Amino acid sequence: MYGKGILKGLGVSARHFIETYLDDIRWLGRKRYGSPEGIAHRASKKGRGIFTVQYPEEKVPVPEEFRFVPFLVYESNSNGDKSYRCTSCGICAKVCPPQCIWIVRNSDPATGRPIPDPAEFYIDADICMNCGLCAEYCPFDAIKMDHNYELASYGRVIFDKEKLGKPVAYYESIRPANAAKENAARAAKEAARAARAD
Amino acid sequence: MTEADMKTPIPNEALDLPALFPGILSADTRPGYSGWIVEKDNLLEFATALRDELGYDYLSSVTGVDYLPEGKMEIVYHVYKTTGGPGLVFKVQAPRQDPVEVPSLISIYPGAELQEREAWDLLGIKFTGHPDLRRILMWEGFAGHPLRKDWKEAYFEEEGKPLKSRWPEGKIVQAEDKNPFGDNIAYPDGFDPDKGKYEPEKALYAALRESQQDETGLPSDRIIVNMGPQHPSTHGVFRVAVMLDGETIVSLKPVMGYLHRNHEKIGERNTFLMNMPYTDRLDYLSSMSNNFGYALAVEKLMQIAVPERAEYIRVMMAELTRIANHCMAIGALFNDLGFFFTPLLYLLEERELILDIFEAVAGSRMMCNYFRFGGVARDLPEGVLEKIKGLCFERLPRRIDEIDRFLTENEIFRARGIGQGVLTAEDAIRYSAAGPLLRASGIPYDVRRAEPYSIYERFEFDVAVRYHGDIYDRYLVRLDEMRQSIRIVQQAVKGLPEGPIQTGKPQYQVRVPPGEAYGRVEGPKGELGFYVISTGKPNPWRYHVRAPSFINLTAFGPMCVGQKVADVVAVLGSIDIVLGETDR
Repeated sequence: MYGKGILKGLGVSARHFIETYLDDIRWLGRKRYGSPEGIAHRASKKGRGIFTVQYPEEKVPVPEEFRFVPFLVYESNSNGDKSYRCTSCGICAKVCPPQCIWIVRNSDPATGRPIPDPAEFYIDADICMNCGLCAEYCPFDAIKMDHNYELASYGRVIFDKEKLGKPVAYYESIRPANAAKENAARAAKEAARAARAD
Repeated sequence: MTEADMKTPIPNEALDLPALFPGILSADTRPGYSGWIVEKDNLLEFATALRDELGYDYLSSVTGVDYLPEGKMEIVYHVYKTTGGPGLVFKVQAPRQDPVEVPSLISIYPGAELQEREAWDLLGIKFTGHPDLRRILMWEGFAGHPLRKDWKEAYFEEEGKPLKSRWPEGKIVQAEDKNPFGDNIAYPDGFDPDKGKYEPEKALYAALRESQQDETGLPSDRIIVNMGPQHPSTHGVFRVAVMLDGETIVSLKPVMGYLHRNHEKIGERNTFLMNMPYTDRLDYLSSMSNNFGYALAVEKLMQIAVPERAEYIRVMMAELTRIANHCMAIGALFNDLGFFFTPLLYLLEERELILDIFEAVAGSRMMCNYFRFGGVARDLPEGVLEKIKGLCFERLPRRIDEIDRFLTENEIFRARGIGQGVLTAEDAIRYSAAGPLLRASGIPYDVRRAEPYSIYERFEFDVAVRYHGDIYDRYLVRLDEMRQSIRIVQQAVKGLPEGPIQTGKPQYQVRVPPGEAYGRVEGPKGELGFYVISTGKPNPWRYHVRAPSFINLTAFGPMCVGQKVADVVAVLGSIDIVLGETDR
């Protein structure tokens, strides 16, 4: 019969259409929209019916490895001073594919010798391609990729050291597994160094 | 043909080319290089014999290399047999002058058409005998040939990255603060857009008129119509100039380059590792495959092996990419055919779930940047393997069957697809078509089988092939390929071993010994090749991409001749191009 294929196809789209209501009924009592479980359900292998997310009211959670423009990790001491992990070794600037990292090295005013703390650290966020190579190859775990992707602005965006800095606690909150792994590796290294010193 | 007539093909190792072609051929003995150097004057004779006597019927890649210090240009050809097996590389050398002249291979391998135009455009190699040697990626009236080593781009700072202004100097500079029209921009002689002498389209229209077949010789009411560059069916900024007789297409020329950014020059400025994220941006729908091809090429140069686990992860990612890409390709084809958004959105759901996996593994949905030389960037995070399993064992097979039920028997699609845009098997080989386009024409050529790379020889899968070479069969081949990819992922998930995911320590500055390498993979769109030359420095000397969506367009014109103008959209949709790769 001519037209059978079209009818069969329309049957598929009709099923999809009805499915959107059936799934709402199946989820009666539970929040299908605007709740983390609902979003997770819609993006799972069991997801049926309406698949989309009402951004910005609903946001799809990003996985741990998600990467966006980098930030600098700092540790705060008791009197609130920021101590950046960055030693201005320049590996991130050297590995950066679009060359969007500029580092001004610092030197001791008294002796004129370089000190391992950047005087300035800029990232041209307009040029950054979010590749994550800087974070991957940083030997001091000092530069990490962020999860905040809402950076739209009207002008050019250049992040300086102040804007880039984020506390360790923030890093540990967005990337718990990675942070735990790195902390363990650092502790092991410290222990080995201490053992050698003894 | 009786069995006695069928010649047993000579195996590659036994092939004694210098004996077969005395005096016109010498082995390439530079360290790290392979292949043969052919005398320029004997090129046509050699290529004819290669195709007709030795069975190398498929010209995969044509490109040029500028050896500025030696004062010569080299044209590199990669040919293969469509029956499978390793390929053959041959080169022609010519003194470096302006322009370099080399005979065109278009009469033997018509698939060289667009590639030779590209080499002319970017390297200034003039192919004598080419019927339509115009610029292709740059515009008519552009001064110079940008891939030559003495050509410098705007904002030029240094020959290679990392740039000294970033490290150790550390001065913040924005490109627009600098004068781009400083001392490295040039115009050709007589260039004056205001005086009306500048007619960039003249050559294009002349070429269109030339390629029409007018039997009567009478001037008839043929009109030239431009589709695009801003046309929703062209999947980006892509233009098609067609000459019409009524509604029938007489000749057609693709016009591209609107998204050209000289990817290859950027690649030559980058260090080897830096280039990995740039390959994502070629075919941005299947970045994992692009990573794969580039990693293979550089690993060949570095002569490093990849650990087992990394190989399995690579294969899984590449096959998931193929499924995601075909979702997009089929969806967009139906969008072009006037089915509006329903098929596309159903397929995008599945693609979305695959991209979720990429995001969890690589950190980004489309710009994955996941492969490293000698492995992958990181191991599969917790829970991802379960996600892949759930997708490939439960959801995707059902969903693909549903799409099959939904679309395959649709009468409207069959009417628009069957027998339209036909590419015969002979033509598909001649025009160097690759991927689903080639396999829908009845040539069961798949790099994963023809010359297995990575660990593909361990997996059980069938090469999808259909025989009519029309739009409908291209759709069916893509559907079959998705099913085969699921089979491969299922086997890979089962066989995934434990172990390291990278050879040696991760390095940000890899040492690549001098030499050349051509790494090719079966990308979702066809054979994706990376030709890389290293001189032992941190940056590659030459980096060339054999882009399937670019080369598949060679067959676009011939497929459309005789069709109606509305079919151009459908044929283009069935080729499945991505402009990021076409224009590079």
